[in-house]
Amino acid sequence: MKHSDTGRILRRETAVTLLLYLLFFAWWYVTAYCTERDPSKYRYVFGVPRWFFLSCIAGYLGISALLWLCVKFFFTDVPFDGEDKSDE
Amino acid sequence: MNNIFFPLVCYLLLVLGIAVWGSRKSEKSGDADSFMKEYFIGGRSMGGLVLAMSIITAYTSASSFIGGPGVAYNVGLGWILLSMIQVPTAFLTLGVLGKRFAIISRRTNAVTITDFLRARYNSDAVVILSSAALLVFFMASMLAQFIGGARLFESITGYSYRTGLIIFGITVILYTTVGGFRAVVLTDLIQGFMMLIASFAVLFAVSKAGGGVAKIMDTLYKTDPALLTPYGAGNAIPLPYMLSFWVLVGFGILGLPQTTQKCLGFKDSRSLHRAMVIGTLAVGFPMLAMHLAGAMGRAVMPGIEIGDLAISTLTIKLMPPFWAGIFIAGPLAAIMSTIDSMLIMCSAAIVKDLYFHYAAKNDASRVTPASLRRMSFSVTAFIGIIVFFAAMQPPALLVWINLFAFGGLEAVFFCPILFGLYWRKANASGAVLSMLTGCAAFFFFTITKVSVCGTTAIVPSLSVSVIAFVLGSLFAKAEDETLLKNFDF
Repeated sequence: MKHSDTGRILRRETAVTLLLYLLFFAWWYVTAYCTERDPSKYRYVFGVPRWFFLSCIAGYLGISALLWLCVKFFFTDVPFDGEDKSDE
Repeated sequence: MNNIFFPLVCYLLLVLGIAVWGSRKSEKSGDADSFMKEYFIGGRSMGGLVLAMSIITAYTSASSFIGGPGVAYNVGLGWILLSMIQVPTAFLTLGVLGKRFAIISRRTNAVTITDFLRARYNSDAVVILSSAALLVFFMASMLAQFIGGARLFESITGYSYRTGLIIFGITVILYTTVGGFRAVVLTDLIQGFMMLIASFAVLFAVSKAGGGVAKIMDTLYKTDPALLTPYGAGNAIPLPYMLSFWVLVGFGILGLPQTTQKCLGFKDSRSLHRAMVIGTLAVGFPMLAMHLAGAMGRAVMPGIEIGDLAISTLTIKLMPPFWAGIFIAGPLAAIMSTIDSMLIMCSAAIVKDLYFHYAAKNDASRVTPASLRRMSFSVTAFIGIIVFFAAMQPPALLVWINLFAFGGLEAVFFCPILFGLYWRKANASGAVLSMLTGCAAFFFFTITKVSVCGTTAIVPSLSVSVIAFVLGSLFAKAEDETLLKNFDF
């Protein structure tokens, strides 16, 4: 039935969104706090400290790319008007 | 001076022109109902790019362009890390709320967030509380934006605070009043691009003046190695404090009416999908660029005492006047686009949620479209003018309330919106209880500065409001089945 189809799509898309959100958080946290701690031993990428490059620059571009892929492959068009007419 | 002034005035005229051009469409609407749908939600016609820009510009305010980079100037890269917590704002909001809101608002004919809450909880208490919270917190935030914009104008052009306030204040009030929601989102589109250009320009100017990024990082290291760490100079950003921002500017934004409202106005699934990607790209770039410019500014031009002045000082000293004029349009765009979204929502709260529902008994045949139109225009203008005059002589109370606005709105709206969408047992008792306790807790924790495990006030407050919501809902009866049917998928 069309009605429950919409429900399944919406639940799946919420799950994908939350998963991406958690993934971004994990990447942000691990790259910033679980790598080198002593500034005198920092390594640099494109002139900025490596942790900063990974968490702030790569993290931002990475999540945008991943999001684009997810939207392309997991997100479905849902009609907004009269989507539950099949109920009647 | 004129070199700065000229691009700025051109920009304001452009915004005004676009708003007037865009608003011609609203002339055609038929009855009172369709007028409100047009004026307050643009007839649900936003496409992907417009939706994305509209969300990020409502969200990005003076603090992203002035306050935040100023703190980054003082504490270093750690504050950029903090600002990047906001990258997923757009896709989280749209992914969690977008399609559900779109479908439910069409089923229940909802135009505002309060309409949505009314349809879900069928409770006057919920409606009145949410309208009151929205009006009070939005007016306080708008005041802060007006003040921030006028001060910025003053510090960059050298003209007085009042001149600045009059020039951009009148622009924003005028186009919002005349054009309604459609003008708001159309100008947001331009303002969003302006923010992108401005943030790129200032980042470029700072890194060029400092002789390249690597050299600047080296200078920062010699100034204070802690500037390069996630913890910041003087350990300014301990971990629990940092993690609190994952609530305040992280998932807490699901309760921010100025962004969630936009989920009622878009056209179709495709627009939503595009907006998720564009919004994420477009919110991340100015955040990264502005905060990075602030942090690197410390190496290029040390010794700026007040953080809030860091960006404007850097701009004046490093950029040719014409480009400084372009730059100042960026933060002004951020400010105006936050004000316009709030202004139109305040007007909707009074006209649609309070007047039309209670005085006109929700019956479109009782009011003529012309009178409703006159009323909407005058309410929008009136609220704008009140806040404008308040900004001339800022009243202590409103300035003070602004401190609570962002977190207060989240504490009030987060639970009723999310639980209303995702939990069938959610009911009016839970909603009222959580709105009251959440708001009270936020005031309490902010004023007393009592900290729970090193977090900021939003963390305990939101926890309190969630607990209150769940308890209230469990102890009272669930809402009526016929009412819940609109919320089932």
